[in-house]
Amino acid sequence: MTGAAAGLVDRVRGVQLSGLATVAMLVVAVAVNSALQPNFWDSYALTSNFATFVPLVAIAVGQTIVVLSGGLDLSLGAQVTLASVVAVQVVDGSLDRFPLAVAAALGVGLACGALNGLVVALLRLQPIVATFATSFVFSGLALVVLPTPGGSVPFEITTAYRDSVLGVPVALLLIVALALVWLVLRRHRVLRHVYAVGGDADAAYASLVPVARTRVWAYVLGGLFAALSALAILANTGSGDPFVGNELTLASVAAVVIGGTALAGGRGGAGGSVLGAIVLALVTNIIFFADVPTDYRQLVNGAVIILALALAGIPALQKRRPSA
Amino acid sequence: MSTPVVDTPRRGLTAWRPGPVALAGTVAVALVIAGEIVSPGFAGYGQLVNLMRVAAFLGVIAIGQTIVIIAGGGGVDLSVGKVATFSAIIGSRVMAGDDANIVPAVALALLVAAAIGLVNGLGVTLLRIPPFVMTLGMIGVVQGLILAYTGGQAEGRAAPALTSLVNGRVILDLPGLLFLWLLLGLLAVWLLRRTTFGWSLFAVGANRTAAELTGVRVNRTLILAYVLSATFAGLAGILLLGYTESVFLDLADQYMLPSVAAVVIGGTLLAGGIGGYAGTAVGAIVLTVLQGLLTTLDIGGAWRTVVNGVVLLVLLSLYGRQRRLRS
Repeated sequence: MTGAAAGLVDRVRGVQLSGLATVAMLVVAVAVNSALQPNFWDSYALTSNFATFVPLVAIAVGQTIVVLSGGLDLSLGAQVTLASVVAVQVVDGSLDRFPLAVAAALGVGLACGALNGLVVALLRLQPIVATFATSFVFSGLALVVLPTPGGSVPFEITTAYRDSVLGVPVALLLIVALALVWLVLRRHRVLRHVYAVGGDADAAYASLVPVARTRVWAYVLGGLFAALSALAILANTGSGDPFVGNELTLASVAAVVIGGTALAGGRGGAGGSVLGAIVLALVTNIIFFADVPTDYRQLVNGAVIILALALAGIPALQKRRPSA
Repeated sequence: MSTPVVDTPRRGLTAWRPGPVALAGTVAVALVIAGEIVSPGFAGYGQLVNLMRVAAFLGVIAIGQTIVIIAGGGGVDLSVGKVATFSAIIGSRVMAGDDANIVPAVALALLVAAAIGLVNGLGVTLLRIPPFVMTLGMIGVVQGLILAYTGGQAEGRAAPALTSLVNGRVILDLPGLLFLWLLLGLLAVWLLRRTTFGWSLFAVGANRTAAELTGVRVNRTLILAYVLSATFAGLAGILLLGYTESVFLDLADQYMLPSVAAVVIGGTLLAGGIGGYAGTAVGAIVLTVLQGLLTTLDIGGAWRTVVNGVVLLVLLSLYGRQRRLRS
């Protein structure tokens, strides 16, 4: 019993420590960025920075929910791509059809998430491999819907997205809104079940938690957040691109790890992931403003993501348990 | 997620189910027959040799993938395609079309590939990053390395000797590549079945804790698995270079998904500990024939990607299911 209690204390401390580490990384990233980018605090720079953060923040929240349930969704980036190309084909430059496009994007996210959820929960495939397979289905379909970059988003949407209300960038408000959605979800029974399933599926099953249904819900929520990410990308770039989500999958996992959510599931939350996503986006900014030669940017970016993923393993390294 | 799950044999079902290798072989033959019906000439000798040649590259890349997947614990190497591309790029640049440079070019390319595999292995074992995530991240790093190394411009050329080794006809009008594949395949089977490393690998894949307790060096075995995976990918890249003679920046990238699918078709369990290379080789042939069939049916690249994903999903639901909570 004392062992379990000690484990619990350890666990809580671990979460708090990594929370502190996330905030520390954010502070460092902001400091370095504002030193390198001379007008970092100008409203224009802030607005355009936040505008680029929203897609990653949204997908990171979605990935967090899936990870908390004990899974991992490698198809989220492909879902972003599919939702965005479907939405851009639906909207076709007309403001009247924008609500329809939003519905279409959310519908795509819902359908993709449901497919993943059914495959993982009912067919009982390993989440990583199953979503790896579905990611090819989604990105192939995206290419069918929009073979080459194109399509246009009504300028009212792109303008509003980069606008600010009372000096606060709209994009920042969207990030706050995403965080609020998370907080509301967090209080809902479904998310409590997600934590339970991710922590210990057998125990959750024994406690009458509907494990399969909860897993499906986790992937559906992940898909819906991917759809929101897709809409943010469209509002930011103004046109469709059938490869736009490729890089987002790994970044979403890295954001979750930086945010202190355990990849094993059951521990953590989307608050950290929001900060983690912002840290990652700032790093991309920093690489740009630090005058890293163009040919080396991707290498530096890739190395940073690996290092971020390695952060999750450092506590494991210190404890020196026998290998998992 | 990463706990090694030992599949209990499914009694009753296994009684009538053919082995995965036989099943995959049957599917390959069926696909060839279907191709011949849809488009006469599909099963002609020259066409079949051509399909086998395409399958060979996939087959060699999938050697490493088989090793990593047998190691279990969610082991997989998504960076194989990118590593093969990078290896071909290094090879072509150092060779610069001169036979005298073959040895240093191949040595350097394989060394770099092995180093990438070492980083993968260290990340997976010491830092315990899930293999899928680690090797996915490595794709970005290798892509970055490629850009930094080439400046976005692939240069160089395969040495003539390499090209004639890969493309030259040996016996029965079969290209040398097929014999190289056979040789490497036998090497893989020997490695898995007849060496201490192979035995350790199966032990680690079947039950990591038990392997550790019986004195198997788990981490060393795992790291070696990732090094071998990257090295075989690098070797496939060199062979591909010999075939295409010049390189482009995404030469072998598309082998990522098929390399995993070939292993799964071949009956190697994604949970680890069970499987072998013979099945993977047949799996590589099945996938290649399927691609050939889709091309013959004039199905575009986008839909082919969809079909590939669906095929992997179907295969996984046949072989890769996890245990029920209720049991």
